[in-house]
Amino acid sequence: MQPLRIEPLGDAAVYAEFSVSLDLRVNESLQAVAIALRERAPSWVRDVVPSLGGLALHFDPGHPEIPSAPLEAAIALLRDRLKATARNPAPDREVEVPVCYDAEFGLDLEEVAAKTGLSPAEIVRRHASREHRVLMVGFAPGMPYIGGLDARLSVPRRATPRTRMPSGAIAIANAQSVVYPFEIAGGWSVLGRTPSKIFDPRRDPPCLLLPGDRVWFKPIARDEFERLK
Amino acid sequence: MTVRILRPGVLSMLQDRGRHGLQYLGIVPGGAMDLTAYELSNALVGNSGGEAALEITLLGPQLGFEQDTLIALCGAAFDATANGHPLPRDRPVLVGAGTLLATGRAKHGARAYLAVAGGFAVEAVLGSRSTYLPAGFGGWQGRALRAGDALDLAPDAEDLAHARAEAVALRDEPEMRLRSAAWSAPPMTLPDTDPIVIHVIEGRHFASFDAASQEAFFDATWRVSPASDRMGFRLLGPALARPKRDEILSEPTCLGTVQVPADGAPIALMADHQTTGGYPKIGEIAGADLPRLAQLAPGSALRFARCTLGEALEMRRAARHRLNSARRGIALKFHS
Repeated sequence: MQPLRIEPLGDAAVYAEFSVSLDLRVNESLQAVAIALRERAPSWVRDVVPSLGGLALHFDPGHPEIPSAPLEAAIALLRDRLKATARNPAPDREVEVPVCYDAEFGLDLEEVAAKTGLSPAEIVRRHASREHRVLMVGFAPGMPYIGGLDARLSVPRRATPRTRMPSGAIAIANAQSVVYPFEIAGGWSVLGRTPSKIFDPRRDPPCLLLPGDRVWFKPIARDEFERLK
Repeated sequence: MTVRILRPGVLSMLQDRGRHGLQYLGIVPGGAMDLTAYELSNALVGNSGGEAALEITLLGPQLGFEQDTLIALCGAAFDATANGHPLPRDRPVLVGAGTLLATGRAKHGARAYLAVAGGFAVEAVLGSRSTYLPAGFGGWQGRALRAGDALDLAPDAEDLAHARAEAVALRDEPEMRLRSAAWSAPPMTLPDTDPIVIHVIEGRHFASFDAASQEAFFDATWRVSPASDRMGFRLLGPALARPKRDEILSEPTCLGTVQVPADGAPIALMADHQTTGGYPKIGEIAGADLPRLAQLAPGSALRFARCTLGEALEMRRAARHRLNSARRGIALKFHS
């Protein structure tokens, strides 16, 4: 796998872009590269951040060992690790995420039904009957961007975002699902809510879902939601 | 062994150097907005390990000290008094038990740092004592300070205060119940011109903006919107347009990224910025200028000046050299 381009992101990071549109196979390879980089990065590399179609290396600009030309050093580092990771696949984890799709939590089920021509029950069946994969954890702590959405469920972002999404809300837009880790603004269509804690800073690891995880959404009843909460 | 919060001010919270290495989990670095003033405040009380300091914003708190404490206040110029007498800034000050420290409005700049010898004693969360407000963790109970809070200091804070005060030979100001150094550290980040000039490298998507917007970005005087916070400074000025509105895959963002949402108003990403985003990046602010930008209050003005990556790296080296020289100079006072 070769990057399309490697560019500086300001004076303390570089970005290697591998695809400009969503490509699940490229994304999967990125996770392996990121893990390899993180495990053996020099001490002046502070963060290795894979995203949907590329990855960033953030430097510690005050580090005593930072090279005088960090961009060139980072590019060399990336090229070196890309060679090494072809035979080093990312660890394979499968995570089940319980979801209550009751109308009380599925705030936009009716709206998605109107947009797709599917019944709410069929939307739930399609969302919960296939494997999804975490493409990126980003934007907010622990917030997973999950690929593999049934093509029939693809809806654009809602015109007016909600100012406060409930924590644990499962929402969809375009080809992806997200889970809101705590109350933040969001413009995706909400199908349900998980009682699981997506992010807990005092847990190790703090995030329920990690980049590369295979995800199954498991429908649960309202009383089970309360029990698991 | 505590500092009591009598009045919290508008936004006072604990910060340190930030929470690094976890952006792949969506966890933002955070940390002090003006890292230079933060580092100076710690150096002035003899701290060198990234101890938690109090970041105070625009309108400061009133604090009651229950034991002798060595403090330093750096960054924005606040009206500050100790027991009703003006508090000397940018230098170590030994305040006695029972001292009432009152900070008022920021007269120049927006953020100041109050460091105490030994640091504020709160538990590190994910490797840092920085407060991250949106998710409510880190710092003091994951939130900004409120009246009635009592912040613990290090168990040996009072011993440290006396030992370090002895080392730097503070002079007595008996009627104020405090002793302070006769020297001070130079403030490095206060707004020096109006508008201030912030250097910026062209961003990844600069060329996708139309010619008028590219020019306007560097020609306009921008104002910091009141809707700005530790996540980002929203900038008021001409709307910036991209002729081809292609979707950008969500990608990593940085401290200092200037992104432009669909409404055309740029946002400069600050300490609590989101780790990834899908808005086009028109610029990346030179790291050396970020502490000065952090000192702009809402309504204040700035202009962007174009610079190359090489120039930005050189400015960083120079800024680091200035800060390290100041810290070495201060450290020498503690050892002389």
